[in-house]
Amino acid sequence: MLKISNLHAAIESENKPILKGVNLEIGAGEIHAIMGPNGSGKSTLSYVLSGRDGYEVTDGSVDFSGEDLMEMEPEERAAAGLFLAFQYPVEIPGVQTMTFLRTALNEIRKARSEKEIDAVGFLKLVREKCKSLNISDEMMKRAVNVGFSGGEKKRNETLQMAVLEPKLAVLDETDSGLDIDALRVVADGVNALRSPNRSMLVITHYQRLLDYIVPDKVHVMANGRIVKSGGKELALELEEHGYAQYEAA
Amino acid sequence: MAATVDTVERVESITADKYKYGFVTDIEMESAPIGLSEDTVRFISAKKEEPSWMLEWRLKAYRHWLTMKEPNWAKIGYDPIDYQDTYFFAAPKQKVAPKSLDEVDPELLRTYEKLGIPLKEQEVLAGVAVDYVFDSVSVATTFRAKLEEAGVLFMPISEAIINHPDLVKKYMGTVVPTSDNYFAALNSAVFTDGSFVYVPKGVHCPMELSTYFRINAQNTGQFERTLIIADDDTYVSYLEGCTAPMRDENQLHAAVVELVAHENAEIKYSTVQNWYPGDEEGKGGIYNFVTKRAKCAGANSKVSWTQVETGSAVTWKYPSCILQGDNSQGEFYSIAITNNMQQADTGTKMVHIGKNTRSRIISKGISAGKAQNTYRGLVKALPRASNARNFTQCDSLLIGDRCGAHTVPYIESSNSSARIEHEATTSKVSEDQLFYCRQRGIPEEEALALIVNGFCKEVLQELPMEFAVEAQKLVAISLEGSVG
Repeated sequence: MLKISNLHAAIESENKPILKGVNLEIGAGEIHAIMGPNGSGKSTLSYVLSGRDGYEVTDGSVDFSGEDLMEMEPEERAAAGLFLAFQYPVEIPGVQTMTFLRTALNEIRKARSEKEIDAVGFLKLVREKCKSLNISDEMMKRAVNVGFSGGEKKRNETLQMAVLEPKLAVLDETDSGLDIDALRVVADGVNALRSPNRSMLVITHYQRLLDYIVPDKVHVMANGRIVKSGGKELALELEEHGYAQYEAA
Repeated sequence: MAATVDTVERVESITADKYKYGFVTDIEMESAPIGLSEDTVRFISAKKEEPSWMLEWRLKAYRHWLTMKEPNWAKIGYDPIDYQDTYFFAAPKQKVAPKSLDEVDPELLRTYEKLGIPLKEQEVLAGVAVDYVFDSVSVATTFRAKLEEAGVLFMPISEAIINHPDLVKKYMGTVVPTSDNYFAALNSAVFTDGSFVYVPKGVHCPMELSTYFRINAQNTGQFERTLIIADDDTYVSYLEGCTAPMRDENQLHAAVVELVAHENAEIKYSTVQNWYPGDEEGKGGIYNFVTKRAKCAGANSKVSWTQVETGSAVTWKYPSCILQGDNSQGEFYSIAITNNMQQADTGTKMVHIGKNTRSRIISKGISAGKAQNTYRGLVKALPRASNARNFTQCDSLLIGDRCGAHTVPYIESSNSSARIEHEATTSKVSEDQLFYCRQRGIPEEEALALIVNGFCKEVLQELPMEFAVEAQKLVAISLEGSVG
């Protein structure tokens, strides 16, 4: 599904290497978690995978279902089935969330030569998704993320993921800024979206999120590399001993 | 590559062929001799078979114009206009005025079809009556019979001068006097056509009224004049659209629009201005020097201006409201988009004269490329204007780092109970916003259109339904190529 091989990337403006040879393979339907200290390159990995401007891939490759991901524009990656749940979802004043999400879905459908969905059909789809995730559809009427609480923003990301139905969802610090109740709602939403043909890459500082979204594999990232991989018990070990032993390496 | 650098490069790659209205209609034309003199004024008046009072009015304006100087206070720069190298009258040759659409030259019908506005009544947007002005003359007006049943007069102004001289004499020049400013004086001398609307007492106009302006002929100025009178207890909504062919030289458009709202009358005036903006080097394009003013003469009257300005090389335009009647209201909703080398200096004047008068100004300026976009507005409360209220909001949005946005508000209050509020913001389309959209599958140009339309939402929702969709598309088209 996703195969990252020896990936090196730098911040373009500073010519500063951040990823220094990342190797990672995720199979269909698997949930992997990447944990690591601040500055280890976790968020950079999510941006490089999704194609954000400002990063230069200096070496290595990423294969996404047989396609060379690094050669694609961000919107092409989205159409290919890559979804990034943002750590800080962006506000777009004046644009109704409903309009935004319908535009996104239809652009993806267009890119896949599928039929576009009309306003009525879309409304029905959104209502179903909201219901299955136990999210109120009230926020669909508001401007994208404008005036949303931290919890609402993350719920909105989850809902967008449900509507766009990606093959691979990258969850970048989804737990940041959430209290324990909001965390549970979002985690329940994510769990509801688990499926044999949807993989997830969960990026987090803390083990806490992994109590709710239980991963198949846990990787430790430090200094731009994956330094240790294991099962879900690795997360508990990290919680107990911290990252210090890996950072020194 | 960083998005900002990329943006600038893409702006440079814009080609003028994005302007899909840039074609020329080949049709037999009749023109006045080139240049401007008293003879030109007489020629136009004679062509229109005008009564002598009209000719005298024009000549007076012309003589005054000769004493005036072109204004230079706006933040716009352009090569001097050679008035002796401009045609002031050009009309499609047609022996007799068409009585119905069947008699209109088929070439003209095809032109309007190409512009996406079929000239056949059955195909016209339901409920919109349209006056078609081609260069200097009105070529057709639809739905007149239906409007006449309601008592509404909607016709070319040249026809109103002949058939309704009392109304024209009574109102023309009362809101924008012939000596008002340089371009208004010029227009008064040489105006050729435009629309005339009169809504009699107590009538709610049964449909949207619309005028579609097209400049076709080369080196020809278009000087249209529109006069709308809403008598007591009436409502009318009027919209105008305009396009021109792509030409290398600049063309002059100097219009005058006068609105009069009597007691309890409401006029809603919407404009979608899409004149040819010139190419990416700033070559060609329309000089758009327009004087638009409304007089809220009666108590409780209301005038609302909504404009979407996307075209023209240079725009100089300040739709204004004279709030004379007590409790009268003026509104100005504006979107001005400038790309490439376009320059716009636009805004409004709200002059509060009556008691409890209210005004509201929402201006959205968007700049891309190397364009300059200025909001210039005056809010004035006279001594008698007790409890006058104004709210002004000017928002500017920048795309790329070589364009400019400027806000120049003037506030003059002579009444201590008047309350005037002004808010202004300037923002850039952020890379975060564009990336967020693209990550969801929305390509960059669509993303930009979405963000800009969101920015303009408060103004777009003021437009009549039929126009709102068009305007949204226009916003997207005007910004094509401004990101990368």
